[in-house]
Amino acid sequence: MATYFTKDHEWVRVDGDIATVGISDYAQSQLGDVVYVELPEVGKQLAKGDEAAVVESVKAASEVFAPISGIVEGINAGLVDQPARINEAPEGEGWFLKLIIADKGELAGLMDETAYKAFLETL
Amino acid sequence: MRYLPHSEADREAMLATIGVGSIDDLFSDIPANLRVHGLDLPRAAGELSVERTLGRLAAKNVPASSVPFFVGAGAYKHHVPATVDHLIQRSEFLTSYTPYQPEITQGTLQYLFEFQTQVAHLTGMEVANASMYDGSTATAEAVLMAHRVTRRKKAVLSGGLHPHYRAVVETTSAMASDVVEALPADPGATEDILARIDAETSCVVVQSPSVYGHLIDLAPIAARAHEVGALLIAVVTEVVSLGLVESPGAQGADIVVGEGQSIGNALSFGGPYVGLFAARAKHVRQMPGRLCGETVDAEGRRGFVLTLSTREQHIRRDKATSNICTNSGLCALAFTIHMTLLGEAGLGRLARINHANAVKLAESLGEVPGVTLLNDSFFNEFTLRLPVNAADIVEKLAAKGILGGVPVSRLEPGNADLANLVLVASTEVNTDEDRAAFVAALKEVLA
Repeated sequence: MATYFTKDHEWVRVDGDIATVGISDYAQSQLGDVVYVELPEVGKQLAKGDEAAVVESVKAASEVFAPISGIVEGINAGLVDQPARINEAPEGEGWFLKLIIADKGELAGLMDETAYKAFLETL
Repeated sequence: MRYLPHSEADREAMLATIGVGSIDDLFSDIPANLRVHGLDLPRAAGELSVERTLGRLAAKNVPASSVPFFVGAGAYKHHVPATVDHLIQRSEFLTSYTPYQPEITQGTLQYLFEFQTQVAHLTGMEVANASMYDGSTATAEAVLMAHRVTRRKKAVLSGGLHPHYRAVVETTSAMASDVVEALPADPGATEDILARIDAETSCVVVQSPSVYGHLIDLAPIAARAHEVGALLIAVVTEVVSLGLVESPGAQGADIVVGEGQSIGNALSFGGPYVGLFAARAKHVRQMPGRLCGETVDAEGRRGFVLTLSTREQHIRRDKATSNICTNSGLCALAFTIHMTLLGEAGLGRLARINHANAVKLAESLGEVPGVTLLNDSFFNEFTLRLPVNAADIVEKLAAKGILGGVPVSRLEPGNADLANLVLVASTEVNTDEDRAAFVAALKEVLA
């Protein structure tokens, strides 16, 4: 399964037609302790760049954008009661949502893990 | 000499920059007949002369405390102890704005925390905010909050909701393209609101006591709303009623909003007042307004903070739960002081006096020939059906020095069925003499 990253620090893991979306370890470390997350409705249609979720830490509230277009197929509802999972395992248990991918071509515009690491070096 | 910092050259440079020929062009959107062309003001006068003129103008008013006064409909005349005004005029309270560097103003935060605690207790809810502008804007905010919680867009409004509150909800909803289903005016409390709640409904908004004075059993409405995943918003315009009536929270309401003017605040020509807003803790993230919390500092000492501010517009910007980033601080303080002076037992006693006074008045007015009491239940306000147009009668009573209530036509203009109805309130300020004068005057004007 390939994982892609965005400049806004979201990650996308592709498994067939389904993409799992979350925020990167760098993003969670910048946010600090996450205290709240707002997830979209299942069935919602998202275009690339749309606001998909809101994540709130003790310091700030940030939007999580859809890295690619698709329909929300599932959400990690457990995060609402345990937002700390986003800090503990941002790229695993702390995933946000699953999308039915609309256009796999959009993945080409994202970074792979190596490129993302290089991108972080520049920040 | 007027102090105008900009020279003619400055103004011309600014106009040229934005591409406008003259200052008048900036007002071209305002129809010419609405613009002011020179003000015809009298020349300056001496202080004594100004006092005389203003005194003469003020004497044209009829102060509520100078006559037998039975006006309510959302704003109530209660006795406010002198202590309240004395304390709120301390400059630390009187001159401070909503705290933007909150933690240095521990005194302000402490009274807001106590205000919230009182509101939560009164309404039977888990959390309350630091206040809203007034009851009507609190109601509109509650509807918006319910839409966020349920992700639906349709609010069902009871016909017992104050028409001004309905109008404010309709205004904010129109801006957001939300749906408002307002039931017709319900002076007899006969509406079947349960039948109007469906799977599209985000919230049901019910006022108790209703604007016509009826006490509404909220529990069945809450149960029906919860069956379809909707919220019950309970509205209280006379907060003193909560000293006697079971709290909306205990009856299953999800959000309770209200007008707090009755406690600590004078009528003041209609404002500023203080909106109350309370909700279930599970919905706290979707609440509007400022929230004050209790905490401990690094040394373990009790202190207060503004909490969950990430909901607010100075952090969340356009995604904030509300545009409200302030509160009715001084009115909330007056509420807090008055409520503290009353205490739980005092509030209960005050509520009983209000109810007893209203019962006495309703009984005597109900015996006036041609007058019918519409209520089976009420707190301190009820609706009468007169044999003739109520607005005319209220005018005639006023001419006799009695302010005898609010004709329903003031609130629901153009509805002929309601033209003979009048809302009459009686609080602890009314004496037996006031009531006797009212009954006698009504008999005279109806004869």
